[in-house]
Amino acid sequence: MLRTEEMLLNVGPQHPSTHGVFRLILKIDGETIKEAKPVIGYLHRGTEKLAENLQYTQIIPYTDRMDYVSAMTNNYVICHAVETMMGIEVPERAEFLRVMAMELGRVSSHLLWWGTFVLDLGATSPLLYAFREREMILNLLNELSGARLTFNYMRVGGVKWDAPEGWVDKVREFIPHMREQIKGYHDLVTGNEIFLNRVKGIGKYTKEDALNYSLSGPNLRCTGVKWDLRKNEPYSIYDRFNFDVPVREEGDVLSRYHVRFAEIEEALKILEQCVEQFPEEGPILAKVPKIIKAPKGEAFVRIESPRGEIGCYIASDGKKEPYRLKFRRPSFYNLQILPKLLEGESISNLIAILGAVDIILGEVDG
Amino acid sequence: MSGEKDLEQLKKEAAEKAKAAALAKRKAMEHKEAAAEKPAEPASEDEDMAKKKAAAAAKAKAAALAKKKAMEQAESATEATAEPESAAEDDDMAKKKAAAAAKAKAAALAKKKAMEQAEASAEAPAEPESAAEEDIDLAKKKAVAAAKAKAAAAAAAKAKAARMAQAEGTETAPASDDEKAKAIAAAKAKAAAAAKAKAAAKAKQEGADSALAGDDEKAKAIAAAKAKAAAAAKARAAAAGKTAEAPAEEVKPSVNQPYLDKYVKVIEEHLGKDVIEDSYINRLSKDVPTLVAKREYYYKIAQFLKYNEQLGFEYLSELHGVDYETHMEVYVHLYSYINSQSVALKVKLDRDEPAIESLSTLWAGANWPECEAYDLLGIQFHNHPNLHRIMLGEEWVGHPLRKDYEPYDVEV
Repeated sequence: MLRTEEMLLNVGPQHPSTHGVFRLILKIDGETIKEAKPVIGYLHRGTEKLAENLQYTQIIPYTDRMDYVSAMTNNYVICHAVETMMGIEVPERAEFLRVMAMELGRVSSHLLWWGTFVLDLGATSPLLYAFREREMILNLLNELSGARLTFNYMRVGGVKWDAPEGWVDKVREFIPHMREQIKGYHDLVTGNEIFLNRVKGIGKYTKEDALNYSLSGPNLRCTGVKWDLRKNEPYSIYDRFNFDVPVREEGDVLSRYHVRFAEIEEALKILEQCVEQFPEEGPILAKVPKIIKAPKGEAFVRIESPRGEIGCYIASDGKKEPYRLKFRRPSFYNLQILPKLLEGESISNLIAILGAVDIILGEVDG
Repeated sequence: MSGEKDLEQLKKEAAEKAKAAALAKRKAMEHKEAAAEKPAEPASEDEDMAKKKAAAAAKAKAAALAKKKAMEQAESATEATAEPESAAEDDDMAKKKAAAAAKAKAAALAKKKAMEQAEASAEAPAEPESAAEEDIDLAKKKAVAAAKAKAAAAAAAKAKAARMAQAEGTETAPASDDEKAKAIAAAKAKAAAAAKAKAAAKAKQEGADSALAGDDEKAKAIAAAKAKAAAAAKARAAAAGKTAEAPAEEVKPSVNQPYLDKYVKVIEEHLGKDVIEDSYINRLSKDVPTLVAKREYYYKIAQFLKYNEQLGFEYLSELHGVDYETHMEVYVHLYSYINSQSVALKVKLDRDEPAIESLSTLWAGANWPECEAYDLLGIQFHNHPNLHRIMLGEEWVGHPLRKDYEPYDVEV
């Protein structure tokens, strides 16, 4: 008689499709996943503990290493938290540089996601195209900050370096180029039937689930919740720009794919407006004390990273080091829903579902 | 199962050992620092002994705290280059105001070279008062320390004259009417601070009173000797003292104040008057309405916040714990998409056995954050579906984000 047997399957921690060190213990019956147990913590470096002995400016490079695909937003969130506590007004030019850096980071982050996501599904060549454009962005950010990934660019009250000569023009030229390439990406992958078969209707969840599981970013917006902190709780100078919050209703893997692509376009829109409105002159750093001390008390701020809502909580006792620092890391929260999504799924859908969550393990593990 | 239990036991023991080691270390340090004769933690079961010890420990702790605070105050006063207008803006909390005033004053009066002196003299007056500080609530304590620090900073700025005056030990220096008036003003400010300290310190400050009086005299003498220059600072100190007495009431209400009032009202209507320990607008945190729940009502309030149709906080944005040494705290940030409103819910836990109901039955998103809080801080969450050490693994000894954490190493 034909029968199946329940068995344990271990995925990772070293597995290319987990994008880092992420382990899944699967209980499978034939090809059906009965239970999935994520194991994380392999990349836990104790950033929050380390930060308790560091001055605020010294913590910034550590944030680069959390979400290393979009380090600019991480830089921003801690600076923003300290600025909020101290009531620092950031100069306009600095805000523009920050927003441009963050939006470029968002584009590059989504590009990396797209490339690796379709790579996981078996399409090898899109990755190369994605990395080609991503490389241009990294070069731009490199010119700005002196680093390709771990930027350490922002400071409490502004940014560390001014834009080099001609940098804004390079960004201006990059925008139409990127738009052109996105068309190519869609031609290459989006309409492909094999691709659609693997992502459509897979890994579905409802709006209620998304809210219940504290999902954020594209993972939330793919269920029809029109929620973007840049729009709904504007920080920095985002209230000056005209852009949409892309939303899909389906809540499956494909909808997340579409939301991310639409977000690239919106980021380009913001960049375009930044380039036009960029102030010629002005300081890039506010007048801040030499030794930064957040006033006694606590604060929690949240901003929109490419992966969702990244937050920073600071409890300060008035010293130059934070008493307690906590990051609300979107990947960590977003990953929680995975066991629920995988239950009852075919094992071949595992990679698509995991890939569409868009996790960065450096951020999951903190 | 029993094997597992054994393991658990072993781990517990190891943890206890590590903890004891850490404790001993800390004790030794505190011993040195505060020059207290008794050990810092009540360890024995003997009630009398424990009581005595606790008192001594609290005293020592308070001494260290007061010292630290006074030093910080003085330090920040001399270090900061902040613009004076920020003093006018940041009028939300008494403490903040005091600090800002100290900063501004220091910018005007004290030169950087006076820093060491400021620190030294800030230490001196802050120490004796410590004995009185066991049960004072923090804000008052701070205000007193701030006022002291201010006086000290002023003194340091005029260190030479101050020292002379101190040596003489008199308070009768004033010569002209003008100076006399200023000295009186200064004395009033000091007296106000002292009176406040007295009122706050309840019964335990026998020795401290005289010490405080001594401080007063010293301060008066200092002020008298250099009344002219110090007058402005004194006025500020007095103003700061006043605001400390009437905390935060005068500031204009935040835009979120009506929301806070509404939350408190609705909660009290449904759950009873005494479920909320405290509620305020956290001005540092974008004016988020903050509720501090009583421990036993924490879950009920959370449940209410989620399901009440007027509140509807269906999204849990963040959950984490904080070790405040005196207690543990769980911080929860909730959001309502219906009302576009945030609320922060906090609860204070006993530090020795931090435990609270899990919110993961209300918001599934609280699952992992609670695991993280358990792993890194040792907070137990009851009714949690799978509370485990999510980051460090089950073999790890101790909870790293605790302030007294000592790394445990088998080899050492």
